[in-house]
Amino acid sequence: MSQTFYDEVQEMRARYPDPLSAVLPALQLAQDRHDGWLPEAALREVAEALDLTPAYCLSIASFYDMFHTEPVGRHSVEVCTNVSCAVSGAQQVLEALERELGIGVGETTEDGNVTLRAVECLGGCGWATVVAVDNRHHLHVAARDVPRIVKELGE
Amino acid sequence: MSSAPEVVFAGTDGGAITDLAAYEAVGGLTALRRAREMTPEQIIAELDASSLRGRGGAFFPTGRKWSFVPKPDQNPRPHYLVVNADESEPGTFKDREIMLRVPFRFLEGCLIAARGIESQHVFVYIRGEYEHEWEILVSALEQLREAKLLGGVTIVLHRGAGAYICGEETALLESLEGRRGQPRTKPPFPAIAGLYASPTAVNNVESITTVTPIIEMGGAEYAKLGVEDSTGTRVFSLSGNVVRPGNYELPHGYPLRDLIHEVGGGIADGRTLKAVIPGGSSTPILTASEAEKVTLDFDSLSKAGSAIGSAAVIVLDDRCCMVQLGVRVSQFYEHESCGKCTPCRVGTRWLTHILQKIESGRGTHADLDLLLDVGDRINGTCLCPLGDSDAIAVASYVAKFREEFLQHIEEASCPFHGASSLDGIVAPTDVHEAHVGPHEIHRPLEVVA
Repeated sequence: MSQTFYDEVQEMRARYPDPLSAVLPALQLAQDRHDGWLPEAALREVAEALDLTPAYCLSIASFYDMFHTEPVGRHSVEVCTNVSCAVSGAQQVLEALERELGIGVGETTEDGNVTLRAVECLGGCGWATVVAVDNRHHLHVAARDVPRIVKELGE
Repeated sequence: MSSAPEVVFAGTDGGAITDLAAYEAVGGLTALRRAREMTPEQIIAELDASSLRGRGGAFFPTGRKWSFVPKPDQNPRPHYLVVNADESEPGTFKDREIMLRVPFRFLEGCLIAARGIESQHVFVYIRGEYEHEWEILVSALEQLREAKLLGGVTIVLHRGAGAYICGEETALLESLEGRRGQPRTKPPFPAIAGLYASPTAVNNVESITTVTPIIEMGGAEYAKLGVEDSTGTRVFSLSGNVVRPGNYELPHGYPLRDLIHEVGGGIADGRTLKAVIPGGSSTPILTASEAEKVTLDFDSLSKAGSAIGSAAVIVLDDRCCMVQLGVRVSQFYEHESCGKCTPCRVGTRWLTHILQKIESGRGTHADLDLLLDVGDRINGTCLCPLGDSDAIAVASYVAKFREEFLQHIEEASCPFHGASSLDGIVAPTDVHEAHVGPHEIHRPLEVVA
C-alpha cells in the first residue's frame, strides 16, 4: 500500500470521534485510486488503514450504489430513469446512448472506456433528463445531445 | 410569476452567493452575531415563535426537536448537530439548489443551530451524487474558517455513497458511524442517543437554512408568512410535464393550481393535467380535479388525503399510464429497501411484480386485491417508513384510478398501447436482474390467484 494512501486515511480518521466513521471516505479514496472500482487489494488497503477486516469493508462497499466491486469503464455515464426524468424523455436518452456506445444498459464498451447505467433519482428532477458523466451532472439532456456527450468521452 | 417574499433565497437575485464578502454585503452573518449574544433557550424560543417545522418531509417542529436534546449538565457526552443533506426523495431537488446558491446562509444556520443545542460538533451528511454541491460547501466552509467565524465549532462535510435509505435519520446516523445504512429501533430517539450514542439533533438542509432568517427577522415576524400550522415559505420543487419546472420559493398556503399553471407555465406540449404527486414520490397522488382545490400546506394536503412531504410537486399529463407509474415507483423502493425488515424487503418486490403482471395484460381481479393486501402487510410493520411509502403510493394510484387498472385486466393489455410517457422505461432493478446469472431468481414471480 502506498504511504500517501495510508496517511490520507489517517487524516480522515482524525475528523471523527470514532475511526470507523472514516470507512466511507476511505473507500471513496481507494476506489478513485483503483480505476473506479474496489478490487480485493483496495479493500485490503482500507482494512489495514482502519484496523478493519476486508470482509467488513466489502459489506459496506456492497451496500452503497456508488461503490463498485466489479471492474468498470474509465468513464461512467448514468441516466436517471425515475419518474420526472422518465416522463421527460429519459428512455429516449438511454436508447440513444446505447446506440451511440454500441452497448446495453449495465454494460461496458469493449475498449473499457465507458460504463452505461440507468440510475435512481439524481435530484435534478426540474432539469430533466439528468445524465451524470463521471459524477458531473448534465442537465436538460435530450436524445439529440447524446453524440456530443459521447464524443467528449474520447476513445 | 409570484411576488412572494424570499427568505431562503433572499438577496440572491436569482443567482448564487458563494463569496463571503458578497454574502455579508446582503446582510449575511447578522443572525449569527445576534445568536451569539443570545442564550440557547432564547434561540429555541425564537424557533418556537416561528413555528418552523421540518422541511425534510416529516414536518416536526424544529424548536421542539431541539428542546428534546438534554442540557450538557444533564448529559455530559458531546452533543452533535447532524444535517441531513442526503436529499434523494424522487421529485426533490431543493436542498441541492440551497447549497449551491446560499451556502453561507446554510452554514450560518448550522452555527446558530449548534449554539441552540449547545453543540461544538456539526456533521453535514451530503449525498455522494452531489459532488459539485459538496465542493461549494468545502469552499464556503474554508472561507468561514479563514475569517475565524466558526467560534470553536467544527463542521465536517461527510459524503454519502448512494443509498436513499440514508435520508432516514437513524440510517443516516448508522452510515455516518461507518456501518451499512440501516434504520435503528426507536426509541431511543436521536435527541437522547443519536450519533455515537450521544445527544443529537438531526435537521434537514432547508430547515437549517431557514433558521438564519428566523433569527434575523425574529420568530414572530417569520410566523406572519404562510398560513396557520404551516408558517413561512417553502422551496417547492416543481417537475414533470410543466412548461417551467424548477425550484420556487413561495409561502405555504399557495394554491397548487397557481404553482402549476402560473408559476410553472401550465402543462407542457399542449397536453392536459392528469394527476399530481404533491410532496415527493412517497405521498399519495391527487387527481387533476383534486389538484385544482388544494393549497400547498400541511392541513390542506392532509385533508385531501395526501401530504406536503418534501414539497416536491410532480406533474403528470394525460399520457401517463397509472399502472406503469406504479411499477416505476415501486421499483425505486424495491431497489432502495435496505433489507433489514422482511415486509419491506419482500413486499416491495411483490408490489413491483404484481404491477408488472397487470401492466403486461396477464393480471386478474384477484391480483388487484393481492396488490392492496401485500401493501397492507407492509404498512406499519417496519422500522422505517420506506416500505409504507411504496404501499401507500401504489394504493393511492389504485384508489384514484381504479378504472384504469380494471381496464388493463379486462382488456388484457395496457390501454395506452405503447404511447404512455413511461412506456419501456428501464429501472436499475431491471438491469440488476439481467445480471443476476443463471438462477431462477430473475424470473418474475408467478402470482397465484
